Amino acid sequence: MVHARLVRFGGAMKKVQFNTRSVPYLLLLPQLSIVAIFFLWPAAEAVRSSFYLEDPFGFGATFVGFDNFIDTVTSSDYARVARFTTVFTLLVTFLSLGIALLLAVKADKVLRGASSYKTLLMWVYAVAPPVAGLIGVMMFDQHVGPMVDFFALFGWEMQIGVNYFDTGFAMTATAIWKQIPVNFIFFLSGLQGISKSVQEAASIDCRSGFRRFWTVTFPLLAPTGFFLLIINITYAMFDTFGIIDVVLKGEPGNNPVTLVYKVFLDGFRGNDLGGSSAQSVILMILVFVLTVIQFRLIERRVHYT
Amino acid sequence: MKRIKFSDHVILLAGVFFMVAPVALAFLTSTHDAVTIYKSGMQFTFGDQFLQNYETVLTRAGGFTKEVDGLVMLKNSLILGLGFAIGKIIISMLAAYAIVYFRFPFASLCFWVIFCTLLLPLEVRILPSYEIVQGLGMVNTYSGLIVPLIASATGTFFFRQFFLSVPDELLEAARIDGAGPWKFFIDILVPLSKTMIAAIFIIMFVYGWNQYLWPTLITTEESLFTLVRGIKQIMQVWIGAQIPDFNEAMALAILAMLPPVVIVVIFQSWFIKGLVESDK
Repeated sequence: MVHARLVRFGGAMKKVQFNTRSVPYLLLLPQLSIVAIFFLWPAAEAVRSSFYLEDPFGFGATFVGFDNFIDTVTSSDYARVARFTTVFTLLVTFLSLGIALLLAVKADKVLRGASSYKTLLMWVYAVAPPVAGLIGVMMFDQHVGPMVDFFALFGWEMQIGVNYFDTGFAMTATAIWKQIPVNFIFFLSGLQGISKSVQEAASIDCRSGFRRFWTVTFPLLAPTGFFLLIINITYAMFDTFGIIDVVLKGEPGNNPVTLVYKVFLDGFRGNDLGGSSAQSVILMILVFVLTVIQFRLIERRVHYT
Repeated sequence: MKRIKFSDHVILLAGVFFMVAPVALAFLTSTHDAVTIYKSGMQFTFGDQFLQNYETVLTRAGGFTKEVDGLVMLKNSLILGLGFAIGKIIISMLAAYAIVYFRFPFASLCFWVIFCTLLLPLEVRILPSYEIVQGLGMVNTYSGLIVPLIASATGTFFFRQFFLSVPDELLEAARIDGAGPWKFFIDILVPLSKTMIAAIFIIMFVYGWNQYLWPTLITTEESLFTLVRGIKQIMQVWIGAQIPDFNEAMALAILAMLPPVVIVVIFQSWFIKGLVESDK
């Protein structure tokens, strides 16, 4: 669950508390046992096996130190996947944020039909990524897809699943479509949180709506924007798995994949346990860094509000 | 004051078109027969095969073992969505209650252990997770499908924040009246959290219903497939077919999105509140 990963640490204590000794452990037992078995154990296992070379026939494993990491980072395939993931993540993040911000600003402004607009723009939140991927595959299908017909008007013969760029384009478009609603919901509630008096003062001081947006509204939305930035990066990297898998019809071939998809491919299809684990660990470090940045921003955000 | 311009509506309508059109097309296409779609592409009109296609998808047993149809997948999706949402709410409410309302040794250690689950999405530790669940003999069971997904502690933090905002006076008053920890929890805290429970229930139900990667790995027996998991199967049939059943694929997509979309639209205000507040 990516968009609920934030915690506020301030005021973490109640003044009055129960002192019963056994009850809290009993209450925590279910959560802690699930965390231990299904989180800590697999995470530790991933770290451990990233330092081992597993025999493909199941005859034990040899400790190889950092070899798996070195092999991963230096392979040209990994570099290619990392490049695509970077471009994909940047495009998905900035385009879905940009479109959602534009729509939220307009939806905040209109009076007539405001709630209908809101509903129609947010409901796609509930569509599962692979379902979005399936619709995307149809829209961009070589035989039946209307998007292919549309781009053919401009002389672009799209070949999804064959052409690297075209496949990447379909994935990116679908991923952006799926992510707009979340950003829209957050931006709109951020905009509606800006007080009426600030808005009125701004409209007296500054006649141009465009300038007013950049000098008053945008800075007030910045904390929401920073926060969404991290959420979107995490989404593009991890939650798009379903979209990518369906667009590729489970057959990656020469098509673009993301880093997370490669972890899955090498682990389950390639049987390269050590390499897959090393990639997992690299991603863990990346997520860890992102989360630290996120908390830093949250502390700032609390000061703002 | 703000002036509402015609162009604002144009931009909003363009946005609505962008969001709605693909799904509308998918729905319209699902009401035609496969040959029409194969010949002339996705359809822009309502066809005459609506009832027939949906009936086929819901009731015709498909797959290799002929033991799974749309209704079975619908049932499994409901079990996953409800089981995940309810399980997560109960477990995380209990844990959050312990963390906020009790003074005990190792409290902050417990808190940090739970906290660290927020750091790593399931996708990153997918292979070892699968191996462990397999080792426990939980492959192709509902518990293997649901319980590992509960490991992330998002719900716990949500309730923790909410409990922290509950006034201290309530507990003082309850203690003066002689209420113990269980009584306070059930008679005061749970009723107070009703709206919060509803909001997080919606978010978690949608999240559980929409799971893809984990069900794909854990359920290989077709009688345990969910609707979203069924998409993968559709794609594999697609590759080999002469004339793929585009209509049935689209009907499945519509069925898979319908329940979560309906819930999110109907309980919109709760859902938005839950989403925005839990993220602050």
